[in-house]
Amino acid sequence: MRDWTKFIAGAVAIIAAAVVLTRMVQNEYVFFASYVVLQFVVLATAWNILGGAAGYVNFGSGAFFATGAYTAVALIKAFDAPLVVQLLVAAIVTGALGFLVGALTLRLRGIFFSIATVAVAVICETVVVNWSFVGGSRGIAVLQPPAPALFGSYTRLLFVAMALLAVLAVALARYVQISWIGRGLRAIRDNEEAAESVGVPTMKLKLFAATASGALMGIAGAPFPLYMSFIEPTSAFSLNYAVSALAMPIIGGTASWVGPVIGAVLLGSVQQIVTVTVSSELNVLVVGLLLVTFVVVAPQGILGLVRKLLRRSKGPLPARDKIPLPGRHKAPLPLGEGRVRDNKRQ
Amino acid sequence: MSFELLIEACVAGVLLGCFYAAVSIGLSVAFGLLDVPHIAHPAFVVLGAYAVYVLGQHGLDPLLAGAILTPVFFFVGVAVYRFYHAAFEKRGTDAGLRGLAFFFGVAFIVEVGLILIFGVDQRMVDAAYIGKSLSFGEMRLPMRMVVAFGVAMLLTVGLSLYLSTTFTGRAIKAVAQDQTALALMGADPVRIKQWAFGIATATCALAGALLIIIGPVEPGLGRLYIGRTFCVAVLAGLGSMPGTLAAGVILGVAESVVLSSLGASWAPAVAFGILLLVLAVRPAGLFGR
Amino acid sequence: MTPLLQVTAVSKRFGGFVALSDVSLDVRRGERLGIIGPNGSGKTTLINCICGALRSDSGSIGFDGSDVTRLPSYKRTRLGMARSFQIPRPFASMTLAENVAVPLEYVRHRGSLHRADIRGEALAILEQMGLGDRADASAGALTQVDLRKLELARALAARPSLLILDEVMAGLSSVEVDEVLGIVLGLNRQGMTVIMIEHIMRAIMRFSERVVCLDAGRIMAEGPPEHIADDPNVRRIYLGA
Repeated sequence: MRDWTKFIAGAVAIIAAAVVLTRMVQNEYVFFASYVVLQFVVLATAWNILGGAAGYVNFGSGAFFATGAYTAVALIKAFDAPLVVQLLVAAIVTGALGFLVGALTLRLRGIFFSIATVAVAVICETVVVNWSFVGGSRGIAVLQPPAPALFGSYTRLLFVAMALLAVLAVALARYVQISWIGRGLRAIRDNEEAAESVGVPTMKLKLFAATASGALMGIAGAPFPLYMSFIEPTSAFSLNYAVSALAMPIIGGTASWVGPVIGAVLLGSVQQIVTVTVSSELNVLVVGLLLVTFVVVAPQGILGLVRKLLRRSKGPLPARDKIPLPGRHKAPLPLGEGRVRDNKRQ
Repeated sequence: MSFELLIEACVAGVLLGCFYAAVSIGLSVAFGLLDVPHIAHPAFVVLGAYAVYVLGQHGLDPLLAGAILTPVFFFVGVAVYRFYHAAFEKRGTDAGLRGLAFFFGVAFIVEVGLILIFGVDQRMVDAAYIGKSLSFGEMRLPMRMVVAFGVAMLLTVGLSLYLSTTFTGRAIKAVAQDQTALALMGADPVRIKQWAFGIATATCALAGALLIIIGPVEPGLGRLYIGRTFCVAVLAGLGSMPGTLAAGVILGVAESVVLSSLGASWAPAVAFGILLLVLAVRPAGLFGR
Repeated sequence: MTPLLQVTAVSKRFGGFVALSDVSLDVRRGERLGIIGPNGSGKTTLINCICGALRSDSGSIGFDGSDVTRLPSYKRTRLGMARSFQIPRPFASMTLAENVAVPLEYVRHRGSLHRADIRGEALAILEQMGLGDRADASAGALTQVDLRKLELARALAARPSLLILDEVMAGLSSVEVDEVLGIVLGLNRQGMTVIMIEHIMRAIMRFSERVVCLDAGRIMAEGPPEHIADDPNVRRIYLGA
C-alpha cells in the first residue's frame, strides 16, 4: 500500500490543479490544447498496456478511439445520454472490440494481431461512413449542453474530465505494471512458452490486456464529439491517432507507465505548436520521422536514455526493471549460509 | 443479381485478381519467405505508381516507365534490407515489435511525404490502352484491365519460375526454410536475403505501374492495399508463389461480386474480412508450409 | 495405487515425419524415471506432449487420476507438473528473483497473494540452488550453468508433484553434474516424482530406478538401469553393433 500513497497524492494534486486552472485562466485555447495532450496521455497509456507490457503492436488505435467517439454520438442522438453514460458504454463497446480482435489473433504471431488492427480500422471506418444515423461521411453536429456553474464553459468541464480520465488510465497502467499481472505480461513478452509452462494463463492475460487497452482508447474518444461540437469520419479515424498512440510510448519509453506520459506530453505539446505554426501534414510527418529515429537509435525511449545517463553517474544498476516484489524486504543471505556450495563467477 | 451480371463480375474479378497477385507477390517473398514484417510494401507500390506518374508527365508510357524503374527499386530494396538487418535482425529479442514499428513508420513517412509533394488529389496517366474496351462475345472488358492482367501473369509466373529453377531462386527458398544449414553449405544467408528483398521491392515498380494504369492513385491508397496484399499473401500460404495467384483471383472475384451487388463503399472491407476469416479458420493458408 | 502419470498410445507427426508412434508409459508416484535415446528419437516431443506444449495427434495423458489430454499447458502446471527446457528460457528482462516469483504468483499463491511473502520465498528457492547472492541480477546476463539452475529453480517454485528435466545437465562439468544430481535426488527423497531425459550416462545410471529408451518415436527398451546397459537393442542404437 505504501507504494500508492505518493501516487494518490500526486493524482489528487493534478486534478485539483486542473479545477483551479478553470477558474483562473481566461484564454480558452489553453484548455483546448491541454485537452488534446491529456487525451493523448490516455491513448498512449492504453496502447502501452498491450504494446509495452505484452509486446503486441496495435496499428489501429484510431479505430478504437473513433468507435468510442461514435458510440457517444449514437447515445447522444438516441437517448441524449449524459457524459458519464457515454464514457461507460464507450468503454464497454471498445473493450468488447479489443476482446474480439484479441480472441481472433492473439494466438498467432504478433504481426497478425497488428494487421488485424488495421483491418478493424478500415472496417469500422467503412461501417461508420455507411451509417447515416451518425452522420455518415458528411458528419454530424453535436450540441454542447450548458456548462455547470463550477466551470466557465463546457470545454473546461471536458478538460477536467479528461484530466480525471488520464489519472485513472495511468493508475490502471501502474497497477498492471507493478502487480503480478504485469509480471505475467512481461513473462509472456520475454518467452511465451516458458511463461505458459510456469503456470501463466497466457491467452487470458493477453485478452485482458487487449480488452483493457481497447476500453481505455474508447474512453479517450468518447468526449471527442462534444469537444469538437462536430464529428466526421476523416478526422475521427485520422491516421494521426494510430501513429501517435504508437509513437508516444515508443519515444517516451515502453518499459514503464511513465514512458507514455512523457511521450504524450512532449509530443502532444510539440504537435500543438507545429500544427498552429506550420501545417498539420508536416506535424504528422515529424511524428513519423521521430518514431523511426527512436526505434532505430534509442529503442528504450527517453526513459532508457535517462537511465543510461544515471547509470554512468551512479555506477551499474543491477537490473533494468527494479520493481520490488511483494513481501518482507530482506537482503539475500551472505556467502556461506544455507547454500549448497560456492558459485564460480564468470 | 442476374446470372449475366454474375459472370461479368467473375471475369472482371479474375482480371482484377491477377493484378492483386502481382501487387502482392513482392510481399509473398519479403514476408512469406524472408519473414520480414514488411507492412510498408503497399506504400512502396504506391511510391512506384507516383514515380511512373512523374515519368509519365515527360511522355513515357507507364509500362515502360515501370520497367525502367525496376532496377532502381531493386537497389532501394537492397539498401532497405541491409539497414533493417543491421538495425533489427541482428539484435534478436525485442526486434519483432521494433521492426514492425519501423516499417509502419516508413509506410507512414512515404504516405505523408507523397501528400506533401503531390497533395491529396488523385493522379492518373494516359496511354493508348487506357480508355478503350475490348469485346469478348457479349462482354466488354476495359483494355487496361486486360493489359494489367497480361503483365501480372507474366510477372507472377516469371518470378515463380525464377524461384524454382534458378540457383539463386532456390537458394532464396532454402534460406526461408533453414538459414543455418544454408550457411553451413557455404552460401551467405544475408546476401541471399538482401537479393530477395531487392527483387521483392523491384516488383513494386512494375506493380505500381499497373496500379496507376488500372485507376487513379492517391497517397492513402497504400493503407487500403495493406489489407489486400496481406490478405493475398496469407490466404496463399506464406511463401507460395502459385498460391499467390490463386489467392489473388479469389480476392478479385469476391471484391467484384461485392462491388456489383452491394456497391463501392463496401468493397474495401472485403479484403480485410477475408483476411480475418483466414486467420480465424486456417492461418496456414491454401498452400501453407 | 494409480500411477501418477499415464501416457497411453500417444502419437505425433509433423507433416510427413513421425515423431512419436503409439508410445505408452506409466510413472509411479515417487519414481525416478530416466529417458534416453539418440537425437531425434522423440524425447523432447514426448515431454512436450505430456506437458501440453504440443497437442498429441492421438492417445491420452492422465495425471493424478484425471485426463489432461485437452488441458492447456498452464493448467497442467497448476495440477502439479513442472518442466525445465532443453535450451534454457529465462525471462531475460527480469531479475532472478522475479523469474522465480512468476510461478510463485501464478501457481503456488493464486488467490492468496496479499498474505504471501513472495520475495522471501523466491530468495529461499534461489539460495537452495546456489543463486541467492545474484537474486537481483538480470536474468539476461547469466552463465550457462546458472541458467540451468534458474530453470530448475523456476520449476521448483511451482511445487510440482512431477518434475520433468529435459537435458538439464548438458554442458556441465562433472562436479556440477554431481551438484545438480544431489539436488534432484534430495527432492525425490522428499516425495517428488522425477523424469529425467539425459545423454550423460553416468547421471542416468546413478539416478534412475527405471530407464526407458526411445528410438524413432517408439519405446525400444525398458527396465532397470543395469539391464538397459546390457540390452542389445540399446547397444545397437547407441553403438551400432
